[in-house]
Amino acid sequence: MTHELWILAIACLMGISCALVGALMVLRKMAMIGDALSHTVLLGLVLAFMITGSRSITVMFMGAILVGLITVFLTDFLNRMGKLQKDASIGIVFTFLFAVAVILISVYTGEIDIDQDHLLYGEIAFAPFDTIEWNGRDIGPRAFWMLLLVAIANLVFITVGYRYLQAIAFNASLAAALGMTVNLIHYALMTMVSLTTVSSFEAVGAILVVAMLVIPANTAYLISKSMYSMIILSVLFAIAASISGYYLAVWADASISAAIAMMAGFIFILVLVFFSPDSLLHRIKQSRPIQCP
Amino acid sequence: MNNPKLMQMAEKRKKTVLKVDSLTMHYHHKPVLSDVNFSIPEGKSVAIVGPNGAGKSTLLKGMMGLIPTASGKVSFFGEALKKKRLAVAYVPQREEIDWDFPINVFDVVLMGRYGKLSLFSRPNANDRAIVEQALEQVGMQEFSQRQISQLSGGQQQRVFLARALAQHASIYLMDEPFAGVDMATEKAIITLFRELQMAGKTIICVHHDLNTVPDYFDWALMVNARLIAAGPTEEVFTPDNLNKTYNGRLALLTEVTERLHKFG
Amino acid sequence: MVNLFIEFWHLTDPNVVWVLSGAILLGSSTGVLGSFLFFRKRSLIGDALAHAALPGVMSAFILFQTRDPFVILGGAIVSCFIGFFFIDYMVKHTKIKEDSALAIVLSLFFAIGIFELTYIQKLDIADKSGLDKILFGQAAALVQSDVIILGIAALLSLTIVVLFYDRLRLITLDRQFAQSLGINVPFYELLLTFAIVLSVVIGLQIFGVVLMAAALLFPVAAGRYWSDSLPCILMLCALFGAISGAASANISYLAPQMPTGPWMVVTLSLIFFISMCFAPNRGALMRYLRTTRNRNKTHDENLLRTFYVICERLSSYHESLAPEQVLSVRNMGTNALRKSIKRLLKHGMIERDNTLYRLTEKGLNEAEKITRYHRLWELYLTNRANIPAQMVHDSAENVEHVLTPELEHRISDELGTPVQDPHGRVIPSSDPFVGGIRS
Repeated sequence: MTHELWILAIACLMGISCALVGALMVLRKMAMIGDALSHTVLLGLVLAFMITGSRSITVMFMGAILVGLITVFLTDFLNRMGKLQKDASIGIVFTFLFAVAVILISVYTGEIDIDQDHLLYGEIAFAPFDTIEWNGRDIGPRAFWMLLLVAIANLVFITVGYRYLQAIAFNASLAAALGMTVNLIHYALMTMVSLTTVSSFEAVGAILVVAMLVIPANTAYLISKSMYSMIILSVLFAIAASISGYYLAVWADASISAAIAMMAGFIFILVLVFFSPDSLLHRIKQSRPIQCP
Repeated sequence: MNNPKLMQMAEKRKKTVLKVDSLTMHYHHKPVLSDVNFSIPEGKSVAIVGPNGAGKSTLLKGMMGLIPTASGKVSFFGEALKKKRLAVAYVPQREEIDWDFPINVFDVVLMGRYGKLSLFSRPNANDRAIVEQALEQVGMQEFSQRQISQLSGGQQQRVFLARALAQHASIYLMDEPFAGVDMATEKAIITLFRELQMAGKTIICVHHDLNTVPDYFDWALMVNARLIAAGPTEEVFTPDNLNKTYNGRLALLTEVTERLHKFG
Repeated sequence: MVNLFIEFWHLTDPNVVWVLSGAILLGSSTGVLGSFLFFRKRSLIGDALAHAALPGVMSAFILFQTRDPFVILGGAIVSCFIGFFFIDYMVKHTKIKEDSALAIVLSLFFAIGIFELTYIQKLDIADKSGLDKILFGQAAALVQSDVIILGIAALLSLTIVVLFYDRLRLITLDRQFAQSLGINVPFYELLLTFAIVLSVVIGLQIFGVVLMAAALLFPVAAGRYWSDSLPCILMLCALFGAISGAASANISYLAPQMPTGPWMVVTLSLIFFISMCFAPNRGALMRYLRTTRNRNKTHDENLLRTFYVICERLSSYHESLAPEQVLSVRNMGTNALRKSIKRLLKHGMIERDNTLYRLTEKGLNEAEKITRYHRLWELYLTNRANIPAQMVHDSAENVEHVLTPELEHRISDELGTPVQDPHGRVIPSSDPFVGGIRS
């Protein structure tokens, strides 16, 4: 497999994983929590590496899940015990944890091979070189396998839990009234987001994970008629962004991950302006504001 | 059975479907309800009335376990809600719903069946038939494929009622079902209530329009930070009680309860 | 390291003075402006705006090929405003929800900025190095001309706040009311937005894009624990912001290659943590102490009342009682009982009689007072709140500890100075020579 194909595969898998959980985060109005998690997961990675000295996939996953849960827990703690409003709680927890991670990295630059800037936007072009071995054979890039695992996990999670996720996203009080354990499902979703973030992280860095979580899903949100179609469309838009973004970056000789995010944004604006029910074009056609029949 | 004494005995033998003991609730550190006690017999339609901010919605949510209670006990058919969840249907206020959610009318009503499904099972033909039936009962069967963002206020309310109906519950708790609906929908809802009552179901609504209470409801719960009265409308919906509910400014009670809460 | 530290604070190096003053001004202005976001529950928009500034900086550089601070600042302000209006548009005119709108602008604009940055890095232009410092901030890179411009901008945003303080405060707390008064709300909101954008943009060089949000958020979150009055909170914001600015400048001096942004956050986190725990009234420590004090008060007063009740039954207040007798009437842990007895002895409420205890004059007065509160409240609940007599005891058990003489008078007046509680027992009067067990 050529390097270009590996990169495209990794980029698409990342888009798929992010779009799957991203759709749910958008429906639950938790986009900024997704932003928070994508930052704090860095600390999990750094600590996991510092403590175990290993960069194995399992170690990183565990570090990510742990810190993800701690983030959610601390945010809740500040909100409940510190009597601090919700938006401030999120902001304080994630900037603090991220700052600590960055300091640890700067201070121990020799020992951790994560470059300060690259942790923000990754360097997917190098991913194909970072391969793993199994039974003595080189089976391909780490990033590919991590993302494949996570994509499958997300798919299974959404398929099995579809009803619960839909009920909780639509009307949490109904879900609770029907006896669904809202907290359990909530934490499970947070865990999947943490896993998705950490595996995307190596390839595309923190901020761009947020773009892939949020932008394709919102593009789909504009035009979907069911949660099912929204998820499918999110994935399609993400794949489109990944592929077009890659070629854009090659042409401009710039960061691949940034290009992917830009294309996601471009597709979003396209749909917003031309295809969504309350788009400018539609409104001009109707020449009156949208009303319910 | 025209003998009043016999009728009274028959009333007494009716089982209690909902019993609330010494329920106290706080909301965002402000005391909302103190020491509420009442029992609702089967088959009644009950209106919960009181001024704004008096704790009516909070009472409903507390009974459903959606907000934590400070103290007290709530039992449905003699048991905790956990054991009787499927027997109780809850219809929230319309403004709490995200009407932009991508979903059509049919799927909203189908959610009412979710409580009965186990982890891996999916809704079957029977469930879908029940949904169709519920939609017919509220007169929304033509709209079943419509997106909920395209419905009017009255239509939205009917969809939520249909969802509660699809649950095949015995008790229906509703938060302001008549708020902001057109005349036709209001009449439709009342007809539905009567049908449900004939089938032995119990209906408990937070209601804002005092004028319609005696016509629409058999029972009234009058609430203003505590229970003023509970019982059949003819008995308790009196000018005296109304005065206490709407004008009785128990400033001392509120002040003391607030101090108590700060004291911890 | 220590030498460098001392050297810094001698302020002999003019560059140090410039950087320090710049950082302090920046810190205070972002702290103060951030509070307006906080009170409208929109703290996260600061994060989005900071990220939205990045493409402006990069584009300005690509277009004009200069590091001139005016140009860079101008570019940043423009792209920040574009980001702001885009968020506004999405929220007001589309079904996109606010959290998503913030995340979209944050990540998209940032991506555009990064795209341009990586593109620039491959180009052969002079001056391009160090552009990436804007991601995490570097105070040490500031030169005098930078600081002058930043300082003026900071003063400008602070001036806006001071000049229009009343209007801005009203709009922040109750927008609709402000509109109803005929105030031109959109104008002031735009002004406020301009001041916020200005603070964000000038803070970028020291705090960096990624962590800028913290400079807006932490000072007010911390200040909130100390006070309820807005002017006081704003001053604290300025103070905390200034401290973090100074600390950042200091650290940048000690270790010029380290990014300043994260250290600013760590400093602010420390301030926040201290405020959250130790601030009087709202701080966690104070709340804990208060809870313990109240719990002890409850135990002690309960004990006194139990003495009184037993004495009342025996019709004599000089009875000496054994702890077991007390426990038979009131359910109390033996440990709690022991501690309570110790406290009551210390305060002269009870006295020892061999192995037994009895009420002193002082204790009797106090016990009577508590009992009066208890029974008055029971009567109030039955008469005014329609609660049946069997249910009022539990409530009174709690309320008796929180009543004050003033409240007691009001309750008594409203009930018409009653003599008997709902259970037919005598309510001890406040006049020690009438009623009670001493007559």
